[in-house]
Amino acid sequence: MIYIKLFLAFLQIGAFSFGGGYAALPLIQAQVIDRYHWLTLADFTDLITISQMTPGPIAINAATFVGNQIAGVPGSLAATLGCVLPSCIFVTVLAWLYTKYRNLSLMQGILESLRPAVVAMIATAGAAILLPTFFLDGTPSFQAGNFQARPVFYFVGAMFLLRKKKMDPVKVMVLCGAAEVAWQSAVKFL
Amino acid sequence: MDDPLKETKKGVLKKLFFSTLYLSAFTFGGGYVIVTLLKNKFVDELHWIDEDEMLDLVAIAQSSPGAIAVNGAIVVGYKLAGLPGILFASLGAVLPPLVILTLVSYFYAAFRSNFIIQGMLSGMRAGVGAVIISVVYDMGSSVAKSKDALLLAIMAVSFAANYFFNVSVVYIVLLVAAIGAVRTIVRERRKDKTT
Repeated sequence: MIYIKLFLAFLQIGAFSFGGGYAALPLIQAQVIDRYHWLTLADFTDLITISQMTPGPIAINAATFVGNQIAGVPGSLAATLGCVLPSCIFVTVLAWLYTKYRNLSLMQGILESLRPAVVAMIATAGAAILLPTFFLDGTPSFQAGNFQARPVFYFVGAMFLLRKKKMDPVKVMVLCGAAEVAWQSAVKFL
Repeated sequence: MDDPLKETKKGVLKKLFFSTLYLSAFTFGGGYVIVTLLKNKFVDELHWIDEDEMLDLVAIAQSSPGAIAVNGAIVVGYKLAGLPGILFASLGAVLPPLVILTLVSYFYAAFRSNFIIQGMLSGMRAGVGAVIISVVYDMGSSVAKSKDALLLAIMAVSFAANYFFNVSVVYIVLLVAAIGAVRTIVRERRKDKTT
């Protein structure tokens, strides 16, 4: 049944995304795109964009969006519930252990070693988004028609604004979008 | 510190729900922002939790899997009102994104076929990629600064396993968590021996 599938997929996303925010990206990608094909990579990238511009965690946004696209409001509720349930259980157990023993060193040790793995997995998600943006067929070959110069230009500009000018990420993304709209309008109307 | 029990139980739950609802609806910029705001609300404004304990609650929220904002709401809810507190706090935290993304989802198809939106979204892809790479750079350089060979090895091997060999994220998380647990236990044993 689709509701159970949605629930279980997002249960896994909720249970294994340590580190918050971007850490959920590789897990969402693995379940929603690679395993169940509920979204295309382009939809997924749009979803991240939308998530950045609306309040709320990416995982919850993804659960609501995917659930709704696949099975309407009941689908979004099943997915969101799946996403939140592991949090409820883990947080409660940890809080209970904490009030009992006042010692979180094991959990913090585990977290310390998870952090580099999370960085690596976010990098993978980033590469999965950038490759098809830079190359039409998604593989890094510089044949004519495959390599897209404009997105690379936007990317370099965005990196500059983010790193050197410390600009707000949402503004940076909107600027990239506006640049593309301007370009396409110019091509269409001139 | 005021005792939250001075309030009626109903009053605490109501305040929990509306605080988390409000924070979740109006905070952009990810989980860490919301954790700061939870502290402002429950430590500085309401005095229901003291500062040191709040730091530990934040550590619990960060140590658990899932969205930090939701975890933060849950742990504060648990601390103030037990299981009903968890229910009301997490409901408050989840409701705003649930409603907003439901609306977005309904209009997505129409949205997507609009010429301007289409251009916006496709241009923003490069921007999203840049934001993610920038986050990776920040987090990666803080790992690199630790000069901890094991952590660096974990980072390199996880990337290779995930990117080149398509090893499932779940297995990587489980394996690395086990490595971290063993390491912490060994470290603590050593500390016990020397003292």
